[in-house]
Amino acid sequence: MLDDMDRRILRHLQAEPTLSMAELAERCGVSQGICWRRVEKMQASGVIQGQQVVIDWAALGYAVEVSLRITLDKTQPRAFDEFTAAARMVSEVIEIQTFLGRVDVRLSVLARDMTHYQQLYRDRILTLPHIADIEALMHIARVKRDEVLPV
Amino acid sequence: MIELDETDRQILRALVQDATQSAGALGRKLGLSQPATWRRIRRLETAGVIKGRRLRLNAEALGFGVTVFLGVKLARKGQVSLEDFERAVSAIPEVQTVEHVLGLYDYRLRVVARDLSDFERVLRRRIMTLPGAGDVEANVLLSEERLPGPIG
Repeated sequence: MLDDMDRRILRHLQAEPTLSMAELAERCGVSQGICWRRVEKMQASGVIQGQQVVIDWAALGYAVEVSLRITLDKTQPRAFDEFTAAARMVSEVIEIQTFLGRVDVRLSVLARDMTHYQQLYRDRILTLPHIADIEALMHIARVKRDEVLPV
Repeated sequence: MIELDETDRQILRALVQDATQSAGALGRKLGLSQPATWRRIRRLETAGVIKGRRLRLNAEALGFGVTVFLGVKLARKGQVSLEDFERAVSAIPEVQTVEHVLGLYDYRLRVVARDLSDFERVLRRRIMTLPGAGDVEANVLLSEERLPGPIG
């Protein structure tokens, strides 16, 4: 189980993952040795899974991001598996989520511009198997994006 | 706009997997020298392609068993200040991401909670009371897969 010290470490690390052990220990008000052992323990137990870079797709020329909310034809028993397997093959798809609710699956799709998006939508998305219905949400802006957990 | 070659793409893919590896270790995997790798990472950072680093935590191990995506429609459009709504919704700790979208909903929120009754508390006390919040649709996340995208 995590205690308050672990949570304090996670709060600081989430805010600034590149902190050195010395800086992290200082902010948490503990010795470097203790801090290091706590972090090590949370890595070993899988609470801390790792660190990744975040890519700004717009800087790579992908100006358009669309959220596609998809309802599948559930009379087909393998609809979910076959749909997600096919969606994985589309390189512009960056996220596949499945849901319990009105929507079955959501895809995040990147495109360079609207012409590119239209082409992708027709040639790669509408051809995916078992789609019963699609709704699109066009991203205008990300207001909050840090995905911080309120530990 | 920055042009990437195959080596840049390999570096990006590797750093999305694990951003803690040093330029030296990464360079050895790709057959590049430490300074050459470092210069490429630096270039990706200054061009804004790498816009930051994120800690990956196991939400379930930390007691957050439920993730819900909410589509929120603003009521009385025109009378509500988007800035007020955005400021208030961003301040809710359980709300992890806020996206302004165009379509069936105005905003898309990613919300974490300990369980469904905890989610109900967040929804009733925090979300429904937001200035201008109208229709809300909730979808409970079952699985999530992040793909490398067009650098893959």
